[in-house]
Amino acid sequence: MNRHLISAGDLSQADALLILDTADELAAMAERPVKKLPTLRGRTVVNLFYEDSTRTRISFEAAAKRLSADVINFSAKGSSVAKGESLKDTALTLEAMGADAVVIRHSASGAPHRLAGWVKGSVVNAGDGAHEHPTQALLDAFTMRRRLGRLDGLRVTIVGDVLHSRVARSNVLLLSTLGADVTLVAPPTLLPVAVGSWPCSVSYDLDAALPKSDVVMMLRVQQERMNAAYFPSVREYSRRYGLDAARMALLPDHGIVMHPGPMNRGVEIAAEVADSARSTIVEQVANGVSVRMAVLYLLLSGSEAQR
Amino acid sequence: MMHAADQTAGPPPGASRRDASRRGATRARAVLEPDEIRRALTRIAHEILERTSGADDVVLLGIPTRGVPLAHRLAERLEQVEGRRFPAGSLDITMYRDDLRLRPARALGHTEVPPAGIDDKIVVLVDDVLYSGRTVRAALDALGDLGRPRAVQLAVLVDRGHRELPIRPDYVGKNLPTSQRETVRVLLTEVDGEDAVLLGESRDAVPLGERQEAEPREGS
Repeated sequence: MNRHLISAGDLSQADALLILDTADELAAMAERPVKKLPTLRGRTVVNLFYEDSTRTRISFEAAAKRLSADVINFSAKGSSVAKGESLKDTALTLEAMGADAVVIRHSASGAPHRLAGWVKGSVVNAGDGAHEHPTQALLDAFTMRRRLGRLDGLRVTIVGDVLHSRVARSNVLLLSTLGADVTLVAPPTLLPVAVGSWPCSVSYDLDAALPKSDVVMMLRVQQERMNAAYFPSVREYSRRYGLDAARMALLPDHGIVMHPGPMNRGVEIAAEVADSARSTIVEQVANGVSVRMAVLYLLLSGSEAQR
Repeated sequence: MMHAADQTAGPPPGASRRDASRRGATRARAVLEPDEIRRALTRIAHEILERTSGADDVVLLGIPTRGVPLAHRLAERLEQVEGRRFPAGSLDITMYRDDLRLRPARALGHTEVPPAGIDDKIVVLVDDVLYSGRTVRAALDALGDLGRPRAVQLAVLVDRGHRELPIRPDYVGKNLPTSQRETVRVLLTEVDGEDAVLLGESRDAVPLGERQEAEPREGS
């Protein structure tokens, strides 16, 4: 694995498993009296968020702090970006402040990739446009492995707004690397044109896919990115592609329900499903901290030797 | 970043001693045979009982990789002598190392503290080779984050000298005077398929600061 984490597709199977195994050990730390490790003492991690986020930013912040790194939070609102500063100038400012890692979320796909060419530190993609969100895919895989004991041969169905979802793309890439079988279920209007080249199968029928799924992952309908009518009405979408209790009953007994959050309760997922014992939604948040700790540890240790 | 293979590199179970000795050293000779290792551990177990007046509150914590099976073997021997069970576990020190900035990231070992915890207990740290003392320094830091033992003691199978920190062992299987050019390898049945302590001539003289690099598992 290289110095940056831009795409889940950059991870080899060995890299991905090393991150998951490391996260497993770090998760045990959450039960200790002192939830802090001295590993990244004296390192600086900058959270550079050009898009709104609660869980991802807080998760990265908690992960960096548990490893004793110094954290600088930057959000585009109320910064010089509002005065028109470019991404590159912001990056050079961070560089001058000695950032060892930059965690970036940006509305433009490819922004982390450009940033990686401008700064000396490690760049971690925390979501770029509709492109990728690799740490979300890692924490999803981690959650599946913890709940179901394996990833190889696991049948994962990802449902909903695939077109606007960076989570779906990262999950397809990572899960196929790890040997899972991924099926995307969505209305044809919410599938990307190039989906035929992705390492997964596609279906338009949720009821047919559910009995054959160990994991069903519901995606948020991203109305803020929708500039056209992708489906006739929210009600119709919910009826055909939403997960309610009756649909959940179609899952095999061990099947789990995931959602990357934030949820639109009543649209893609019914409240009773979100709060059921099969739902891993709260677990996913807790696991996110462990996985991000693993990523920061693996990217930042030894980095001085490489420079 | 990822060099997991380096961490686990070692002879596979069942590898012959000749195979093992080719790795990392040009000529290696056995300085402890399986019987001597067995006797050394039995002696250490008795010393622990003597020094802790019956080992009532003793918790054995092995430092991965090879300290862990040694800790469990010591617990077995204590049980044979005293007729009751002794808690044993493992303590991974990777995140507390002082050379993390300088070396590629390593895979983490497993930390497993016995259910009763370590607060107010006598913790005996167990490792295979004591060398610079830096591993033990890291282990002391790691312990501090897990609880507050009444006392901490150190048991090692081999003390090869060349300490870089003010750390000394309480229980030693064998004192082995070495030069810094030499390598010491401990092989254990649980990990390597056989028991042995091998002393080898290093291929190159290794500068002081980097010698852990040349010997990934030797009591750093």
